[in-house]
Amino acid sequence: MRVAGKGLVDHGVRVRFRFDGVTYHGHAGDTVASALLANGVNLMGRSFKYHRPRGVLTAGSEEPNALITVGEGAQAEPNLRATQAEIYEGMVVRSQNAWPSLAFDVMAVNDLAAPFLGAGFYYKTFMWPKKFWEAIYEPVIRKAAGLGALSGQSNTDTYEKAFAFCDLLVIGAGPTGLMAALSAARSGLDVILADEDSLMGGRLNSETGAIGHQPGAVWAAQVVTELAAMENVRLMSRTTVTGAYDGGMYGALERVNQHTGQRTGGAPLECFWRISAKQSVLAAGAIERPVAFQNNDRPGIMMAGAVRSYLNRWGVSPGKRVAVFGNNDDAQQTARDLAKAGVHVVALIDSRVDAVVRGAEFPVITGAQVCNSGGRKALESITFQRASGQKDSLQVDCLAMSGGWNPTVNLTCHTGGRPTWREDIQAFVPTAGAVAGLRAAGACNGVFSTLGCLQDGVAAGKAAAKALGKKPADVDLPVAENAPYRMSPLWAVAGKGRAWLDFQNDVSVKDVKQAAVENFKSVEHMKRYTTQGMATDQGKNSNVAALAILADATGRGIPETGTTTFRPPYTPVSIAAMGAGSQGHGFAPERWTTSHQATVERGAPMIEAGLWYRPSYFPKAGESTWRESCDREVGYVRRAVGVCDVSTLGKIDIQGPDAAQLLDFVYTNMFSTLKVGRVRYGLMLREDGHVMDDGTCARLGAQHFVMTTTTAAAGNVMRHLEFVTQCLHPEWQVSFTSVTEQWAQFAIAGPKAREVLNGLLDAPIDGENWPFMACGDVRVGGVAGRLFRISFSGEHAYELAVPSRYGASLFDALIKAAEALGGGPYGMEALNVLRIEKGFITHAEIEGRATAFDIGMGRMISAKKDCVGKVMAAREGLVAEERPQLVGLKPVAVDAELSAGAFLFDRAADAVRVNHQGHVSSVGYSPELGHMIGLGFLRRGPARLGEIVRLVDHMRGIETEVEICNPVFVDAAGERVRG
Amino acid sequence: MLARPEATAGVEAWDDYLHLRENPAGVTEELWQHEAGCAAWLVVRRDTRTHEISEVTLAADVKRSMGVAS
Repeated sequence: MRVAGKGLVDHGVRVRFRFDGVTYHGHAGDTVASALLANGVNLMGRSFKYHRPRGVLTAGSEEPNALITVGEGAQAEPNLRATQAEIYEGMVVRSQNAWPSLAFDVMAVNDLAAPFLGAGFYYKTFMWPKKFWEAIYEPVIRKAAGLGALSGQSNTDTYEKAFAFCDLLVIGAGPTGLMAALSAARSGLDVILADEDSLMGGRLNSETGAIGHQPGAVWAAQVVTELAAMENVRLMSRTTVTGAYDGGMYGALERVNQHTGQRTGGAPLECFWRISAKQSVLAAGAIERPVAFQNNDRPGIMMAGAVRSYLNRWGVSPGKRVAVFGNNDDAQQTARDLAKAGVHVVALIDSRVDAVVRGAEFPVITGAQVCNSGGRKALESITFQRASGQKDSLQVDCLAMSGGWNPTVNLTCHTGGRPTWREDIQAFVPTAGAVAGLRAAGACNGVFSTLGCLQDGVAAGKAAAKALGKKPADVDLPVAENAPYRMSPLWAVAGKGRAWLDFQNDVSVKDVKQAAVENFKSVEHMKRYTTQGMATDQGKNSNVAALAILADATGRGIPETGTTTFRPPYTPVSIAAMGAGSQGHGFAPERWTTSHQATVERGAPMIEAGLWYRPSYFPKAGESTWRESCDREVGYVRRAVGVCDVSTLGKIDIQGPDAAQLLDFVYTNMFSTLKVGRVRYGLMLREDGHVMDDGTCARLGAQHFVMTTTTAAAGNVMRHLEFVTQCLHPEWQVSFTSVTEQWAQFAIAGPKAREVLNGLLDAPIDGENWPFMACGDVRVGGVAGRLFRISFSGEHAYELAVPSRYGASLFDALIKAAEALGGGPYGMEALNVLRIEKGFITHAEIEGRATAFDIGMGRMISAKKDCVGKVMAAREGLVAEERPQLVGLKPVAVDAELSAGAFLFDRAADAVRVNHQGHVSSVGYSPELGHMIGLGFLRRGPARLGEIVRLVDHMRGIETEVEICNPVFVDAAGERVRG
Repeated sequence: MLARPEATAGVEAWDDYLHLRENPAGVTEELWQHEAGCAAWLVVRRDTRTHEISEVTLAADVKRSMGVAS
């Protein structure tokens, strides 16, 4: 309920929103949590595993219970924290993990079965039979134990990513961060101040203490105003710095538009920032830790600091009869603030026998511990035990608890640093220097008084200025509270029943002890076994208490037990924000050839080749399967003429006095002997002796070559050439550059190829001046181009290249000319069949494991010179007769299906791994032969021609017999290519 | 990586060149390539514990200073 005269919300502005179908009203400045509490709604979620009713525990991003789904349909966003989500007019909020409703959740039956569902339950119970895991156990468990669900629809919201640079990044805008930013900014530093809250000021907005002679929140607002007016300061509210990375790089998530209903107009919902900072100050504050006792998870039990936040910042009291339970002086402030605001404080229960409480206007019970709570979906009573052992009950509807504060050390551990245990405050603090350039200051550094934070902030800002060579400016320190932080450790109250540590994952004290008993004594093992510290809150509330329990159970100290590893992100980051701009078609860039549009217009289905798009086939009216189109296109090339865009192959222009020497070094065969005006096929090895790539290389001049690579390996080859010329032979005078995009290149293949060309070239060619493997300059319609007489189909063929801007029109002209001669365009399917028929290899064969020996090209490694890979290719294992080597495969039964990826076995052998003799790399249907053909690798293959082996494809359920044959199926003599 | 053995250097030298790498917890030298930019290969001196980069030299310059061409 609202408390008159309290809070920083705008009481004049009423905001309407819906929660689980019911309309509520809040004020501008409310979060879903504060607005629901104001409306008397305590029950906000169901727990992950046992579906126990849960209310809000905290008032910040660490919230483990009150997880909500905001929005509807494709825009529904699950697992937001009600404590962070700001309400807006018309907001639709749903609770999670409850069915059919939050109040009546059938899965709550899990809670009754709890004795059987303890730590490691899944691991122990669902082990057997193994097959059941995927089919039955996992889906059921996932359905029962879950957080919010995704909509399953494509996300229509926009997201953005952005980059920022600064001298100093200040993380957190509480008293420490404000002072750090102010002193650094006044010293002339370029400052970014980021804070995850909508309102800067940190705890000052939740406290009643004064700074100077005014309330802390007012002071904070003044500092923010001053900072906002400075040109060298950027204020980023609603921005959570989620990760610290190498070299002063930070990740940050800005919730740009999540707090409004306006999902149009260009502003992204969220923006993921990469912030590069020369220096940084971590002023992330501290998180209050719960105390574990029986039924400490009942709605209405929350953190003492959070109760103050709801009261002082949002003007809401979470209860009418409130008790406060703590082990430290800070908790007393909650009781004082509530009493002053007129809320009935039933009792302050302090676990310390010697606790001193001054000016209490409420009953104080020292040396006592709350040991149980009563009620069902809401807190009705608490039971506490006095030092004497006597137990008493109190009727309350809210319990504010505090087990002390944990500095938020997370970011200081992101680059591998470990925090340091401080015995006096029973907490971990950052280890200095854990992240280069980062200073932790204030509460996250274990400094808990307001004045201490202000001082620490100034010092950190000055230190950053000094580190960057600026003269630190002086900042006056205002008067502020400077009380010592007194506490006595209390992790768990002894007693029966389940005392909860990790609310989000339903992990109790008993579970952690059970893990230790079962020898999961390492904190990392305990985490995995119990699931403590997982999911959206990553154990922010429970980590230290859990490891304190584990330390106790294993007889070690807390520092020896250590913490689990804190990793980015600090709070959940949506994948959509991280991958902004890369959804759907933007996910990967697309490379289009100059014939792309004409190809698509002809109805060709496009397939991806790396980033390139190439036509699969060109369908014609009346054709109902791709095979019909493919067979027809193969026929063009074998009997008339076919045209294919081959621009996607890598083209590297190489020039210089040592160009030939470079080629001799990277290719296995000789290129320095290649005549100008001729093309040669070349094979390239990796230094380990395996095949890297193959292709042709044309010599256009004494010092000028054009190398082609396969489409897939263009990038690798380029990197390889750079390596050779920079790292191995910088003395060579040679330059090269990729010209793949600069030239549009088309294969014109088939008996009528020359006829097509002579209709287009300015000067006709003949067999004498353009023999097989010739190359040179030509003119096409007045445009300077290049012609290469090479063939990947075994037919009389050319490749004609023109500058890319003429590619589209040349493609049209070629198609027209080819069609007039009974031919036409062909796609990748036909290209593949044509090359398999000739036994030509692609990366289906040279897949990284094949050697020159394997593909029958061992003799292409020249004995006359050194080349990359030569020495290692000669290793005995790489030239062993036993190796699977390239063969052709044809089915024994003419209608049998072959499949790529199938394994080969001896006829009599079982089709099991140990017996495998090789595999099938490529298959296709040869219209020429009237049956399927394949290429594959078979042990001692070339020596086994004529042998029948078994082909088994376990995946597709194909089994057939194939005959081993020469991999050249068509025109074995190679006459057509010279025709 | 820059000191490619002679063809006659023997199996061990080649094995060392191709496969064996120091993996120290501390300062190490690595070859990086500025692939998306100027394509330069670089010798980068990096501390594996902190990822701090203390020196970057063009690989071509390092190779030249080694004197003997491979």
